Amino acid sequence: MLEIRNLHVAIEDGSKKILNGLDLTIHNGEVAAIMGPNGSGKSTLSYVIAGKPDYEILDGEILLDGENLLEMEADARAAAGVFLAFQYPLEIAGVATMTFLKAAMNAQSRARGEGELKTPDFMRRVKLGAEKLGIPQEMLRRGLNVGFSGGEKKRMEILQMALLEPSIGILDETDSGLDIDALKIVSEGVNALRSADRSFLVITHYQRLLNYIVPDTVHVMSKGRIVKTGGKELALELEANGYADYVSDVAA
Amino acid sequence: MVAVKETVEQVKELDVDQYKYGFSTDLEVDKAPKGLSEDIVRFISAKKGEPDWMLEWRLDAYRRWLTMVEPDWARVHYPKIDFNDSYYYAAPKKNAAPKTLDEVDPAILDAYKKLGIPLREQEILAGVQTSKVAVDAVFDSVSVVTTFKEELKKAGVIFCSISEAIKEHPELVRKYLGSVVPVTDNYYATLNCAVFTDGSFVYIPEGVRCPMELSTYFRINEKNTGQFERTLIIAEKGSYVSYLEGCTAPQRDENQLHAAVVELVTMDDAEIKYSTVQNWYPGDADGKGGIYNFVTKRGDCRGANSKISWTQVETGSAITWKYPSCILRGDNSRGEFYSIAVSNGMQQVDSGTKMIHLGKNTTSRIISKGISAGRSQNTYRGQVSAHRKATNARNFTNCDSLLIGEQCGAHTVPYLESKNASAVFEHEATTSKISEEQMFYCRQRGLSAEEATALIVNGFVKDVLQQLPMEFAVEAQKLISISLEGSVG
Repeated sequence: MLEIRNLHVAIEDGSKKILNGLDLTIHNGEVAAIMGPNGSGKSTLSYVIAGKPDYEILDGEILLDGENLLEMEADARAAAGVFLAFQYPLEIAGVATMTFLKAAMNAQSRARGEGELKTPDFMRRVKLGAEKLGIPQEMLRRGLNVGFSGGEKKRMEILQMALLEPSIGILDETDSGLDIDALKIVSEGVNALRSADRSFLVITHYQRLLNYIVPDTVHVMSKGRIVKTGGKELALELEANGYADYVSDVAA
Repeated sequence: MVAVKETVEQVKELDVDQYKYGFSTDLEVDKAPKGLSEDIVRFISAKKGEPDWMLEWRLDAYRRWLTMVEPDWARVHYPKIDFNDSYYYAAPKKNAAPKTLDEVDPAILDAYKKLGIPLREQEILAGVQTSKVAVDAVFDSVSVVTTFKEELKKAGVIFCSISEAIKEHPELVRKYLGSVVPVTDNYYATLNCAVFTDGSFVYIPEGVRCPMELSTYFRINEKNTGQFERTLIIAEKGSYVSYLEGCTAPQRDENQLHAAVVELVTMDDAEIKYSTVQNWYPGDADGKGGIYNFVTKRGDCRGANSKISWTQVETGSAITWKYPSCILRGDNSRGEFYSIAVSNGMQQVDSGTKMIHLGKNTTSRIISKGISAGRSQNTYRGQVSAHRKATNARNFTNCDSLLIGEQCGAHTVPYLESKNASAVFEHEATTSKISEEQMFYCRQRGLSAEEATALIVNGFVKDVLQQLPMEFAVEAQKLISISLEGSVG
C-alpha cells in the first residue's frame, strides 16, 4: 500500500512550490489514475515518489507498505518495489539493452539479499517478456533506447517493469507519443501485470488511455493537490467537461 | 553484468586507498650516485657491461640533451624538474643477472605475485589462464626475468631484455635502435637514449606468427628513481606479434620520472599490435606525488601492406605526455590508435597520436575516448598529415570526451595537414557529460551511483575495449571503474 500524507514539495532552489499538501492512498491491487491540467504537478509527484534529487521535501511523508520512502536513495526505493515508467526514457550509448536489464535485475535482487539470476533463467524471462510486447531480439542487443522510436522506448519501459516486478508501478504519461496500436500493446502489457499485490499509479492527460487500462479510482490533481476523487466514470466526466470546474474550485 | 559487480566488490575491498599497487618492496639495491652527468652515463653502461659502441651512442645523446630545452607546449603544469635530484640506476642487489627463476630474489617474485603477474611458467600453465603469455619483468632499472624463452626460441622469436639484446644480438640492435625515434627526436627521448636502463627486445623472423602474446611488466619500486625503459620490436616480412605492456609503482609522496622510448618496425605484410594498460601511481587526491610519464612511442610501417596498431588504456600518472604514433611509409600500410584516457583527482593528461602518411594508399584510424573526473584536465592532441606522395591517404578520427562532475576539463587539439589533394581526412569529436537525468534513470532501476557510472562509462569506452586482448579488456574495465571511484555522489 502506498500512502502519501500532506506532501509539500518545492524545486530544490526553493524558488517554486509544486506540491501543496497532497494526500493520496493506493491500496494493494488498486489501479489509481491521476489526471489534471499541465503544470498541476503530476510528473513532479512521480519523480518525488521515485526519489529524483532535484526536489526539496518541505513536509509530509510517503510510505510504501509502512516504510518511509523519503529516507531512501532512489536505488533503495527501486529495490523496495517502486518502478517509474518514464515519460522520456533516457538513452545510454554503448550499453546493450540486455546488459542493462541484467545489471538492474541483479542490483535489485542483491539489495534484497537474494541471489543473482542464472544467465539461462534471465535469458528465458527476457525473451518471453519481449515477445509479449512485440520487442524484437535485435533491439535487445542495441544500446539502451538508442535510436528507438517513441513507441519502442515505451514498450521497453513496460518490459523493464515486467522483469523488475515492482509492488507499485508508476506510469508517467506513458500514452504520450503513442499511436493507437502501440497504445494497445503497452496497455495489454500493463494489464498482464495487474495482480492483487501490485498497485499502479497511472498519470495521464487524456481519458483515452483509461479505456485500455481501466482504473479503480480516478483522482483529479490541480495546483499540487488532489481536488477530487471518484471512480472510473470521473474520467469520462473530465473528458466531456474539461478541468475548468476543479481548477477554479481551488482558486476560490 | 558480472564486470560491474566485480568492480564494485573490488572497490569496496580497496577501502579508502584506491590505488592497490601502492605497496613497496624492501630490497637491498645497487644504486648509481644521485644526479646526472657523463660519469653516470658511463656508470650505467659499465653496470650493463655494454660494448663501446653503445656507450658512445649514449654519450652522444647525453651531450645533445644538454643543448636541448624542455618542451612546454603540452597542456600540463608542473614545477620545473631538477634532473640532478634523481637516481638514474637502481637494481636489486641479489643476483643482478639471474639465469633462472630460482635465482631471482623471492621478494621480487612476491612483488609480481601481488601484482597478479605470475612469473613461474608452471604457475602460468597451472593457472586458470587459457592462453599463454610470455612475460619480461622489469623491476626499476633491470629486467629480472623473461618467461617462456625456450619455447619462443623454437619458433625463432627473440624475446629478451634490451640489455641482453645489446650483448647477444648487436647487429639487430645497431640496425634498428634509434631508427624510428632518432636520438635527437625530443628532450625526453634524447634523455632516454643517454640513460635508458632496461626494457624489452622482440624480433619476429620472416613469416612467423608469434605463438603467444608477449608482455612486459614495468615496476618502479625505488624512491627518487627515474625509470627509463627502452623497447624495440621488429617484425620481419609477413610476421605477426601481439605485445602487451603493463606498469605500476608504489605510492610515494614525491614525483617520479618515467621517460620511456618504444620503437616498432614492421616490414612488408607484417603486423604489430601493441597494447598498454598504464597504471602508474597517479598521486593523491590533492595532487601530491605520482609519476611524471613522458613517453615517446612510435611505430614505423616500413614495408608495404604492413600494419601497426596501438591500443592504450591510461589511468595512472600525475602527468601523462604521450603520443603513440605511426609513420606510414610503406604503400598500403595502415596505422591504428585506440585510446582510453581516464583522469581523476588532480591528474593531467595530454595524450594522442600522430599518423604520418608518406606512402600511397595508406590508411589510419584514430578512436580516442577521454574521461575526466575530479579536478583533472584531459587533452587529446593528435596530428594527421599526408606527404606529397601519399596519394589516396585516408584517415578517420573520432575523439569523444566524457565529463564527470563540474570541475574537470576536456580539450581536443587536432592538427591536420595535407600536401596531397587526393588525401581524405575525417574528424569527428563530441563532448558529453553523464547527465543527472541518466544517473537518476539508472538508479530508479536499482543501480547504485557507482554501478550506474561504471555502466555508462563502460558503454562509452566499449569501442576501444573491444580492441584489447580478452584478459586485458576485463582488467582494463575494472581499472577504469576503480580510477573513477569517488568521482560521483
